Amino acid sequence: MSDLVIAGTRLASRLLLGTGGLPRPDLLGPVLDAARPGLVTVSVRRTSSTAAGGILSVLQEHGVPVLPNTAGCLSAREAVLTAELAREALGTSWVKLEVVGDETTLMPDVVELVEAAEELVARGFTVLPYTTDDPVVARRLADAGCAAVMPLGSPIGSGLGVLNPYAIEAVVAAVDVPVVLDAGVGTASDAALALELGCDAVLAATAVTRAADPERMAHALRLAVAAGTAARDAGRIPRRATARASSPTEGRVTWSPGSSC
Amino acid sequence: MHLTLNGVPLDVDVTTLADLVGPLPTGQAAAVNLEVVPRADHDRVALADGDVVDVVTAVAGG
Repeated sequence: MSDLVIAGTRLASRLLLGTGGLPRPDLLGPVLDAARPGLVTVSVRRTSSTAAGGILSVLQEHGVPVLPNTAGCLSAREAVLTAELAREALGTSWVKLEVVGDETTLMPDVVELVEAAEELVARGFTVLPYTTDDPVVARRLADAGCAAVMPLGSPIGSGLGVLNPYAIEAVVAAVDVPVVLDAGVGTASDAALALELGCDAVLAATAVTRAADPERMAHALRLAVAAGTAARDAGRIPRRATARASSPTEGRVTWSPGSSC
Repeated sequence: MHLTLNGVPLDVDVTTLADLVGPLPTGQAAAVNLEVVPRADHDRVALADGDVVDVVTAVAGG
């Protein structure tokens, strides 16, 4: 399979990584070494916040491109401001656009999301929106000029995997831009399934950062993304409701009661 | 002059944004009244009584 290209930029991997939730900041380096991600997301917060800073130097040491997000934004206006702050602070016009409408489910507010996407595209951003697994919304986002769409497999941080594989396949069929499965990945098989369903990449955060051993899970997800990509390219067999023998029937040794042997 | 910096009210004697936040390290950005101010303009943007200033940086997330 060819490399993943988003907005004309070739990424080194189909595994994208979020950085939130690691129990210790010093785990980030080993996790990056194990995952070798194509992009790494960061958030933008006030300097007086308790969130740990200093992440950029680690990312630069590993040569990983940074994808700032608008996590926590509840309106298009907030998301546009956060994206502008990120562009000024980090020198990138790429943004993972998140506008959530519910703090319990963290489900995207797709009305605000499309509005924010249109505004950010008009301001020259390369927009990768976190969205629902709705192919109609995905098409709206692609039509708005988004460089990719990032449907959720299941709620953020839930680890429930891909709850509706048919919807993810419908999203893949609905848009011509890359599809990145975002949110819900809990373990390696979830990531492999996303690629098998036709997604172009997977973004995982909590699956790695809150695993018992983040470094080993990062390695597992890298292998899973490679395996899922290879399996999709290989072309899986169609599902059947009945058995189909793989050994030949011709020439088999038979025995019936009363025969001489 | 009464300002709000990152959500905290304070009284300071400054003229420009640069006076307040100084030279920002790489990876940080500032906004005045929710409008991003490019780094090159920090010493040209005058602050006024009641302005709301935010300074942000990248943190682990997403």
